[in-house]
Amino acid sequence: MAHNVQDQVIAIIAEQAVMEPSEVSLEATLDELGIDSLGLVEAVFAIEETFDVQVPFNANDPSDSEFDISNVQSMIKAVEGLVAAAGN
Amino acid sequence: MRRVVITGQGAVSSLGMSATATMEGMREGRCGISELVMQDVDRLSVKIGGQIKGYSGEDFFSRQELVLYDKFTQFALLAAKEAMAQSDLELSEEQMLRSGVILGTAGGGLHTQDESYRTVYEAGKNRVHPFVVPRLMNNAAASHVSMTYNLQGPSYTVATACASSNHAMGQAFHMIRSGSTDVMLTGGSESMLVFGGIKAWEGLRVMSKEACRPFSATRNGMVQGEGAAVFVFEEYEHAKARGAEILAEVIGFAMTSDASDIVTPNQDGAARAIRGALRDAGLNGDEVGYINAHGTGTTANDKTECAAVRDVFGAHADNLMISSTKSMHGHLIGGTGAVEMLACVMALRDGIVAPTIGYEQPDPACDLDVVPNTAREAKVNVALTNAFAFGGLNAVLALRSI
Repeated sequence: MAHNVQDQVIAIIAEQAVMEPSEVSLEATLDELGIDSLGLVEAVFAIEETFDVQVPFNANDPSDSEFDISNVQSMIKAVEGLVAAAGN
Repeated sequence: MRRVVITGQGAVSSLGMSATATMEGMREGRCGISELVMQDVDRLSVKIGGQIKGYSGEDFFSRQELVLYDKFTQFALLAAKEAMAQSDLELSEEQMLRSGVILGTAGGGLHTQDESYRTVYEAGKNRVHPFVVPRLMNNAAASHVSMTYNLQGPSYTVATACASSNHAMGQAFHMIRSGSTDVMLTGGSESMLVFGGIKAWEGLRVMSKEACRPFSATRNGMVQGEGAAVFVFEEYEHAKARGAEILAEVIGFAMTSDASDIVTPNQDGAARAIRGALRDAGLNGDEVGYINAHGTGTTANDKTECAAVRDVFGAHADNLMISSTKSMHGHLIGGTGAVEMLACVMALRDGIVAPTIGYEQPDPACDLDVVPNTAREAKVNVALTNAFAFGGLNAVLALRSI
């Protein structure tokens, strides 16, 4: 399950970055992947649709949102938490 | 060059059902933003807005009228009625040919669209009301205003998202100044507080769930509002000859395009619009006493706008006042510039500068005099009003007291 979330989140991020999933490293930041604010909002939407969860994210202050977007790893962790909380 | 003055104003907003009531709300620093009341509100994640509470079209219009008037048209007609009454204009047949209507709206008849989609998609019906098209079209409000007052010159609608009203009023100004027309009803109207309208904005993740706090370090997004404002713009000699009460003079207008990003604001595009309005009005920067800010309460807009103001005004940026009344009535999207123009008239005519309410904590990126929380008495001779739209379309008007 956890592994599955990881693969799916990476696939979503890779799509926004226009990369192959294999090229997306866990340590990479969105900046390094070339994902801008619109790309991030679209990725958050894709995560919500894929996992049927609500992502607590406000584009006005991403750093202050509960959803940690520091890097790919932190986003995967955050999504895993949301999925576990939703009991999906 | 012909001069253009304002001889009437009308409005409906969450602060009140007239221009007078809306300005009173601004003076008191009242907040018109509250819990939304609408169908399926429990399915929304943003549940606040500057909604006009207790509004019922039946209180103002007949059944025959209501089948043709979406809420955005109703708002525009109510505002136009107040503006026309105040201007005390009685146009001759010939003058009606040289008068028109330019209104801004971003969404047009969104209530009609929302209801009709529910009918065909949710209820599964195969038939909608026969007047859906004339109700929802973006020019419906401008057309009904022209019909109500028999204004037969140029009339149309401008849709440039959050700058729609400023573009509309700027065009009306140009038209009178150039000699094409003598009288224009102009402003804007929006009624986007419907389920689909809010759902769409939720998606962008720029909405606050608590309050609109422009320029405050604690700001966390915009809040939508609804309503309309309409002004009577009139050629100066025409107004003077008939002894009209003049509320303010419109002296300059400029528009620019960022040509850079579909949602992110751009300091250069904003600064060029402000500078352009000053140049068009023949003003020195240090003559400006008040700026009605676009001030949406998003992180990006407010800091970009303040940087643009600093860029244009230099040291004088510290002497002028700048406030965002969106903190009180919310962001009326295509109608917002029109309602905000009332704050300019109030500053110029009454010497009262509307506050930015909800202000909690200074933000170094917005270190201007934002008139926090309480209105201020001040003599203001020249005011600007900014609008910077999604799509990078900027429109700034300059006004002078008279």
